[in-house]
Amino acid sequence: MTIPASADVASVTTPKPRSGSGSRSGPGYRGYVLRKCLGALASLAFMIVLNFFLFRVLPGDPARTLGRGRFRTREQLEAFNRTYGLDEPLWRQFLTYLGNLVRGDLGVSLRYRVPVSQLIMDRLGTTLLLVGISTILATIIGVWMGIRSAWKRGGLFDRFSTGGSLTLYSMPEWWLGLMFIAVFSVGVGLFPTGGLHSVGVDPWSPAGWLDVARHLALPVATLTLAYLADYALIMRSSLLDEIGEEYVTTARAKGLRDVQVRDRHAVRNALLPTTTVIALNVGFVVTGAITVETVFSIPGLGLLATEALKVPDFWVLQGAFLVASAAVILANLAANLLYGLLDPRVRT
Amino acid sequence: MSTDARISARALARRRRSASLRRGWALFREHRSGVAGLVILGCFTAMALLAPLVSDSAGLSVTRSTGGILQPPDSQFWLGTDENGRSILTLLVWGSRISLFVGLLATAISMFVGTIMGLAAGYFRGFVGAALFRITEWFLVIPFLPLAIVIATVLQRGLLTIAFVIGITSWPGTALLIRSQVLSIRERPYIERAQILGAGRWHQIRRHILPNVMPMVFANTTLTVAVAILTETTLSFLGLGDPTRVSWGSMLEGAYSVGAMTTGSWWYILPPGICVVLVVLSFVLVGQALEDVLNPRLRRR
Repeated sequence: MTIPASADVASVTTPKPRSGSGSRSGPGYRGYVLRKCLGALASLAFMIVLNFFLFRVLPGDPARTLGRGRFRTREQLEAFNRTYGLDEPLWRQFLTYLGNLVRGDLGVSLRYRVPVSQLIMDRLGTTLLLVGISTILATIIGVWMGIRSAWKRGGLFDRFSTGGSLTLYSMPEWWLGLMFIAVFSVGVGLFPTGGLHSVGVDPWSPAGWLDVARHLALPVATLTLAYLADYALIMRSSLLDEIGEEYVTTARAKGLRDVQVRDRHAVRNALLPTTTVIALNVGFVVTGAITVETVFSIPGLGLLATEALKVPDFWVLQGAFLVASAAVILANLAANLLYGLLDPRVRT
Repeated sequence: MSTDARISARALARRRRSASLRRGWALFREHRSGVAGLVILGCFTAMALLAPLVSDSAGLSVTRSTGGILQPPDSQFWLGTDENGRSILTLLVWGSRISLFVGLLATAISMFVGTIMGLAAGYFRGFVGAALFRITEWFLVIPFLPLAIVIATVLQRGLLTIAFVIGITSWPGTALLIRSQVLSIRERPYIERAQILGAGRWHQIRRHILPNVMPMVFANTTLTVAVAILTETTLSFLGLGDPTRVSWGSMLEGAYSVGAMTTGSWWYILPPGICVVLVVLSFVLVGQALEDVLNPRLRRR
C-alpha cells in the first residue's frame, strides 16, 4: 500500500517532466546531487581516518593490546611490531593503511588466519538478506500503522498501536529475540533456535530455501518489530503535522472522499520526513543486525563482529566497522538523493 | 502599584519562573502516561537509592551465595537464583543502581557535548559554524554500536568507559536539535537589541540564547537517558560492561550464556528485561509529556 504511494510521489511532486528544458528540476537537482556526493565523500574520508586512529592512537600500545600479554621477550615484541609495521612513523603507517585500503586489503584475521575482506564478503550476503527483508517489512507495516493511527487519532487502534510501538522502542531487540526463542523454538518447537540452515540440506534447493526461511522467520520477526516502532511513530507524527495544514482542509472542502484526502494529499507530504528518518535509521539497523545475529547465531557480519570481540580480533573489528560506516553513509546519500527528487524544496 | 514597582528584578524573575513552573506542571499532569512514567521512575529511583537498606550487598558475592543453582522462585528467593546461587531479586535491586548510574552519567556527557556543539554551531556564522555542523553530521552517521564496540574494546573495561562510550556516541542528535533552535532564536529582535546595547558574544549566549534552548535540552535529556540505558544493556550483554559489577545488562548476559531460554529459567531472563523496558518506557513517556508541555507547537496533539 505504501510502496506504490511513495513511487507516485516522485511523478507528482517533481514539477513538470524533466524532458522539457529542465530549467526547474534538471540543473538544480544536478547541483544538489553533486553537493550531496561530495558531502558523502567527505564523511567517508572522515570515517577512514577515524578508523585508522581509533586502533592506533587510543591508549595503550597496539602490540600489547593485540598480543594480550603473549609476548615474553623484547625480541618477540619487536618482531611483532615489525610484522605489523608498528615500528614505522605514524604518517607512513597511515599511508600504508590507505594503500592497503585501496587494494581492498583489510588485513588478516588473527583468529581465522584468512583475509578480513574475504571474511566480510562471505558474510555480507546473509546480513543484507536479514536486514533487507526486515527493513522492507518494517517500513510497510510501520507506515501503515502510522497512517491509520494518525488518521483516527485517539481511537482504539491508535492507542494500541502507539502504546505497542513505544513499548517495542523501549525494548532491547535481542531480548525480544530471546523471548521468541524461549516461546517459539524451545516452548512450541515451531522454529529452530538458531543458525541459517540445517545440517545436510542443500541451501540452493527448494527444500533448502524453505529451510532457510524457517531459520530466518524468528530473526526477521524480531528485527521487523524492533524497526517498525520507529517508523510507525514518525509516520504518525508527520501525518498529524499535515492534518492541521490548510491544503488538507481545502481538499476536504472540495468534497473529496476521506480516503482520497488521506492518500492523495496528506500521506504524500507526510512520507517526506519519514523517508529521512528511515535512512538515518540505517545506523540503528546495523546495531539490530549485530545483536540479533548474535542471539540467533546467524553467520552474518554482526556475528562476525561479536565473535571478533571475544578474541579480540582487531582487524576484523576494524573491517566490520568500516563496512558498517560505509553502508550508513551510502544509505544516507541514497536517501538524500531520493528526498531531493521527491521534494524540490530541499535542493537549495 | 507603588509596592509592585519596588519589587526587585530578581524577585520578579523568580515569581514569573515559579508561575510558569506551576503552569507547566498543570499541563504535565494532563498527560496520564507522563505521570505514570514519573511514578514508575520514582519507584525505581527509590529502589536504587535504598538498595543498601532493603538488601545486603553480600548477596552479590559469588562465593558466599546461599541458594541452589538456577533455583525457581520460592518463599526464600522470591525471584529464584542464578547459576551461582545468588538471589535474582538482590541482583535486580543492586543492578538498578549501575544501570541508572551509567544511563545518567552517559546522558550528562552527551548533553554537555551536544549543548556546547549545538550552541556554537548555531550561533557562529561563517566558517566556524559550518565546520562544527559538518563535524556533527559526521558523528551522526557513525554507526553507533560498532563504534561503541570498538572503543569499549580498546579502552579498559569499566563503568566510566561505558558511560564515556555512550556519551560520546549519542551527542550529535542533541547538537542538531539545539542548533536548529539557536538558528531561529538568533534572528529574533531581542538578540539584535542586545547586540546593539553592546552585549558580548558570551553574554548573548549565556543570558539570551541558552535560557531559551534549555527547555528543549531538558526534554531531550529524558529521551537520551532512555537510549543510554538501552545501550548500556546492549553493551553489557555483548560482554563489554564492567565485569566486576552487576547491571541489568550483565544479568541478561549471564542468563543468555547459561542458556536460560532453553532451560526454561524464566525467572532469570524475564525480570531484568522487564525492568529495562519499564524504566526506558517511563523515560520516553516523561520525555514526550515534557516535550508537549515545553513545545507549544505540539500542544494540540
